[in-house]
Amino acid sequence: MTDVITRADEHTEAPPPVPTKGGAKDRWARRAPLLPALVFAIIVTQVPFLVTIYFSTQSWNALRPGSRKFVGFDNYITVLTDDRLRSALLNTVILTAGAVIFSMILGLALAILLDRKFLGRSIVRTMLITPFLIMPVAAALLWKHGIYNPDYGLINGIFGGSTAWATSYPKTAIITTLVWQWTPFMMLILLAGLQSQSNDVLEAARVDGAGAWRIFTRMTLPHLRQYLELGALLGSIYLVNTFDAIYTITQGGPGTATTNLPYEIYQTIFSKYEYGEASAAGVVVVILTIIVATFALRVISGLFKVEEGR
Amino acid sequence: MTTIAAPPSGAASTKTRRKVGNAVWGVVAWIAGIIFVFPVIWMILTSLKQAKDVTTNPPVWFFTPTFEHFTNVFDSNITPFLLNSLMASVFSTLLVVVLATPAAYALSLRPVAKWSDALFFFISTKMMPVVAAVLPVYLLTVKIGMKDNIWTMVILYTSMNLPLAIWMMRSFLLEVPREVLEAGEVDGAGLLTSIRRIILPIVSPGLAATALICFIFTWNEFFLAVNLTDTNASTAPIFLLGFISGRGPFLADLSAAAVLLSLPVLIAGWVAQNKLVRGLSMGAVK
Repeated sequence: MTDVITRADEHTEAPPPVPTKGGAKDRWARRAPLLPALVFAIIVTQVPFLVTIYFSTQSWNALRPGSRKFVGFDNYITVLTDDRLRSALLNTVILTAGAVIFSMILGLALAILLDRKFLGRSIVRTMLITPFLIMPVAAALLWKHGIYNPDYGLINGIFGGSTAWATSYPKTAIITTLVWQWTPFMMLILLAGLQSQSNDVLEAARVDGAGAWRIFTRMTLPHLRQYLELGALLGSIYLVNTFDAIYTITQGGPGTATTNLPYEIYQTIFSKYEYGEASAAGVVVVILTIIVATFALRVISGLFKVEEGR
Repeated sequence: MTTIAAPPSGAASTKTRRKVGNAVWGVVAWIAGIIFVFPVIWMILTSLKQAKDVTTNPPVWFFTPTFEHFTNVFDSNITPFLLNSLMASVFSTLLVVVLATPAAYALSLRPVAKWSDALFFFISTKMMPVVAAVLPVYLLTVKIGMKDNIWTMVILYTSMNLPLAIWMMRSFLLEVPREVLEAGEVDGAGLLTSIRRIILPIVSPGLAATALICFIFTWNEFFLAVNLTDTNASTAPIFLLGFISGRGPFLADLSAAAVLLSLPVLIAGWVAQNKLVRGLSMGAVK
């Protein structure tokens, strides 16, 4: 495995040596298996995005036919100055960061618990990954009606009171649901990280008299760093797109308290028909995601290097 | 490390201490597991309750179970939704596998030049928020009469899962020992023979895991389904929305539907949990 990666790396760094025989034919033989997937991905994902960029320069409301015209960056100015969109941006950051941070902390704690041997460990692991497998819309409906409902929801049923959780604490309600669904994801990645840690080294540290806390902070956490980063970044990339939970639990409300960018863009397209503005907002979301994704890719490349060094 | 040679009795006591510690933390883990799975248990309980027991406060814990809500679900025309979900999931998974496997091969065992650029291109398409492409896709499908068509969904779901599958398959293909491949080549095995005899047997569990994860993501997908389907091509998650009507204690029926629709993915996920990590991290973590 190591061999493959280093070799391929040499390929990218230095120009590949001119093949003595086969030449162009060999290159095409190598490329051919890649082409269908590449062409498919470009047509289905890149072309629509280029069209979105084009739409974003148009003043275009589908309810006013014939009003469509080129306005340059006007939509972007609207997007960046509009209060609704700014609050949507802020909500996106709060909801994403909240869900990622809490699911990360819980996931780490659970991964550490599951890294030990105990009776029924595999059953507990199965129980813990279950929330991640439930259909997100089903999960959101379950939380909204079965758990947050003021009259017969589980929380009020157990603890009493008549709080309408989803309307009184909308952000918390959304984040709680997301944390419930995403903690298993973080746990699985961090557990993989913990289990890839060399047992001999830990044993040696123990024999040397290092306490559990010292071992954790000095050895385990640094080892886990890449896994923590990977979990946080992949989690952010998925959670920035959160739509199911918001559509189902709060419809972005009350007011705009839980309207995030995907939901706002959805409304701009499908209820306000402001195609130009929605497109500009979409492009802004992509730019923000690229920033996060750049870091994500760096982490993944880092893991490649680790793989290489082995 | 070099100086300490702990007396055997001391070593034994640390061992027992560690055992007791493990047992205590095991109990904590069990409690955490039960808390996490509880909402799902609650959903299952609700789906089995008599109508009168569903919306009580405080909640009813002991009741005579009934399957009437499951019957209600089947009576409410679930079949087309299930068929649509099944079609979208199966066909897009097949298409993903057909496209991703050769691509992953070209990016791992016999790498093309600039393989890492191609690899990162694919992953960047996964990181692009779908809201940024939905409008052109929506307008195009309306224009050419392909909106609310299951094949449109198949193509979109394929593009959604393709990068994931390529990354995953690549990480499985890298596990094929190169020496074995080269030995095969020296012995005169052609490409097809080495694929059939050497590569496939090694990667088929990985292939299965990849397919499974694509299936799960397609089965659960909501955003595209809600925006691009109406009546003909609606998938299972859309069926659930239809269930929130004002009529009576809908919660039990809803729970029954949610249990039914989550079941395939739950079972698949439980069975494949060892491979799940690798799929979710796109092969970056084992």
